[in-house]
Parts: sequence; C-alpha cells; structure tokens
Amino acid sequence: MVKPCEAEPGHMDLKTKHQDEAHMKDTYSRAGDAADPPYLSPDYVGTRIRSPKQPLIIIPQTLSEITGPVYGHSDAKPEEADLTKQHAGEPLGERIIVKGRVLDEAGRAVPNTLLEIWQCNAAGRYIHEVDQHPAPLDPNFTGAGRVVTDAEGRYEYTTIKPGAYPWRNHNNAWRPAHIHLSLFGPSFLTRLVTQMYFPGDPLFPFDPIFNSVTDAKARDRMICSFDMETTKPEWALGYIFDIVLRGPSETPPDLD
Amino acid sequence: MSGRTPSQTVGPFLHVGLAPAPFGFREIFSPTVADAGVAGTHIRIEGRVFDGEGTPLPDAMLEIWQADSEGRYTHPADGRPLASNSFRGFGRCPTAKDGGYQFATVIPGTVAGPDGKTQAPHINVGLFSRGILKRLFTRIYFADNPANATDPVLALVPAGRRDTLMAKPDPAKPGVYRFDIHIQGDNETVFFDA
Repeated sequence: MVKPCEAEPGHMDLKTKHQDEAHMKDTYSRAGDAADPPYLSPDYVGTRIRSPKQPLIIIPQTLSEITGPVYGHSDAKPEEADLTKQHAGEPLGERIIVKGRVLDEAGRAVPNTLLEIWQCNAAGRYIHEVDQHPAPLDPNFTGAGRVVTDAEGRYEYTTIKPGAYPWRNHNNAWRPAHIHLSLFGPSFLTRLVTQMYFPGDPLFPFDPIFNSVTDAKARDRMICSFDMETTKPEWALGYIFDIVLRGPSETPPDLD
Repeated sequence: MSGRTPSQTVGPFLHVGLAPAPFGFREIFSPTVADAGVAGTHIRIEGRVFDGEGTPLPDAMLEIWQADSEGRYTHPADGRPLASNSFRGFGRCPTAKDGGYQFATVIPGTVAGPDGKTQAPHINVGLFSRGILKRLFTRIYFADNPANATDPVLALVPAGRRDTLMAKPDPAKPGVYRFDIHIQGDNETVFFDA
C-alpha cells in the first residue's frame, strides 16, 4: 500500500515553493474560514467540552502546511465506489447515484484526490457498535466507500439513500439524512470532512450540526441537488454534489 | 471565487469510513508512518486525548503529517527526492477506549521556515471527533531538541503554553515519546490556524 508519491496537485504550481519560503506569502486563502462552523456551537452539546477556549494561534503557511498527504488512484479500487455491491445480496433502500466535481475556490478542478464515504443504512442505522438506534441493520450494507476524482475533478459513486436517525443531543433530536465525506486535496490545509445533505429535508431547522454553519448560503452548499440527467431509468435516482476546497490566496505569492 | 464547502464533524461513527477494517472494509491508512526500512531515528509517539472535563475521548481520530529524517516532505511542493520510497509521511490512528493513540515513525529533520529561518523538527497533527466541527490543528515538537529555541512557529506561542506542544521522552520506555492532547481546560493544548 505504501508507494512513492505518484500524484501531482495539478491545479497549483508549488514545485519550487520551498525555495521561496523566505517570502512567506500565503499560498492558500484564509478569508473563506467564515463558511466553517465555530468550534463552540452550544446547541450541539458535544462542542461544549470538545472546543478550545483559548484562541487559535495564527501561523504562517510553511512548507509543513502547503505540503500534505497525497492519496489518489493507487489508493482506491473501482468497486469501492459502489456501496450496493459489497455483499451477497443488494441492500434495502432507495438506490442513488451521487456525482459531482471537487473544485478549489478559484473554480479549478482538484484531480486525483481521494474521497472517503460513510453513512447509515436506509433505516437510519450504522453498522457501528456505538449505534443503539432500534432500527434494523442490513446484512447487505456496510456503508463505507471510496472514490478518486478524475483529471477534471469528477467523481461518482452509487449507494442507497441513508435514513434519518435519532440522537441524544436534546429531546426528540433527529439527524437529517446525510452522507459523510472526507477529502484530502493537495495539501495539509485543504483537508475537509463534511456531510452531504438531501434537498428539502424537513429536519434542517432542528439540526444543530447542520445549523452550526451560521451562514445560510454556506449551509446550502452542503445540500446536493436532484438531477434528472444523472437519474438512470429503471435503476436509480441521481444527485449532484460539487465540493469546494480551500484554494489559492487571492494575492499570488510575490516571487521577486 | 466559489464558496467553500463548510466543515462538519466526523460524528461518533467515523470508524465506518475512516478506520473501516472492523467492518470488513479494506483499510488503507495506519498508525505506522515509517516502517523498519526507513532511515532515521525510529520512535513511537504515544498519548491520550482529553475533553474539557478531563475525560478521555474514546471516539477521536488523529492524523499526522511530517517530513522524513532529512526534513523532506513526500509532496511535489517540496520537490526533493526522498531517500526511501516507502515513506509517505502520513499516519492515522483512532483513539482507543482509554483515549489512547500511538504512532510508529522517525524523528523528522528540520524544515525550511519563514524569513529564511529553520523550523525545529515537528509533526503536524489533525484531531477529529464527535463534538469537533472542524479539524483541530496542533503540532508535536520534541522536548529534548535544542532547535526549539529558535523555531519561528513556537516563537508565536506564549512562552507559558509552549510546553503543551512538547512530546517528552518516556523514562520507562526507551524510544517512546509521550504527547497528550487537552482540547480544553487548565492545560489546554495550543491549536493553530494557518
């Protein structure tokens, strides 16, 4: 599994960056931080004792940050992009195809980057031992997958639509249906773990994790779109979800 | 410019996707950053992760990213050839029920820093868990390394808090450094934003 790096970041010319460390201009944007939730989001009770009280210390983007783990084509197998074909039978639920592009803030494709995928089954139950929701497990569904973006940043996977499920954050708390996604991108600073939600979910107003993102437009960027073109007749509904990672700083590095 | 996709927590079931071996799904990451053939001083880093009430986190995950023993990163932005093809510099470890984690690696070399300065050997750490809405970023430095005195990133940290970034040799276990993380509280670990 361990191989020399064979991928390139593709969309960012960083080849000689270590020689330019003396200039220490930001390589990646910072302002977009506003989209992310704060560490302390009190309605999400778990954040109260799992968030730092001291302010973060702002540091320069050094070689240690503008490099990062590069995981791509050698790390995922094509069959891992179909979560409905990992067992002897087919999982129960509504079969769906999710596809989209991974882009940076400048709109450029992020090619050859790994997405890790996990979710509960159609009944709202994870295969995980910590999940005690009294809904059935599905012997034909694990809920784990991987896919790598192509040269244009495109990805596609097949799964079943996850169910909503209760949790103990507050009385009668339910999570809207979601799929967890983890991405690396080209550097340590582009790492993203997020959740993809489905359009029109009636649980949105009540979910403190979704609403930990305080900006409504940013919340919308976590919701996929139904897409008839992606939908396959007699087979599966299709959804589109583009993912935007941190991109270049708006002011290009001064190399003179 | 397009707006970023916001971060969300990994949640309590992160292992299904990020450390999936127990569920019968192929594992691609491990806590072994450097296997025996990699050049350098081989060490283990062991520690535990605690919340603001001092309770260990049984459901967290750490990722580490580091240079090799010569200070080179396995990444095109570094560009220098590596001595060992088996070194990628990345490790991932979920915490155990007691909040514990461990990595097997080599002590990294010094790395270029801002303004022509040199960064002391360090390892970038990402911490994820239920209740953490966005990866927490800290660094592991090595308490016994004299280069810490001139490290430009440590210099940005109030002197009284630098100790939270120091992995310390375990007197009972040769080759082991200890590094605990306190997300919140009296001995709160320093976290960074870059």
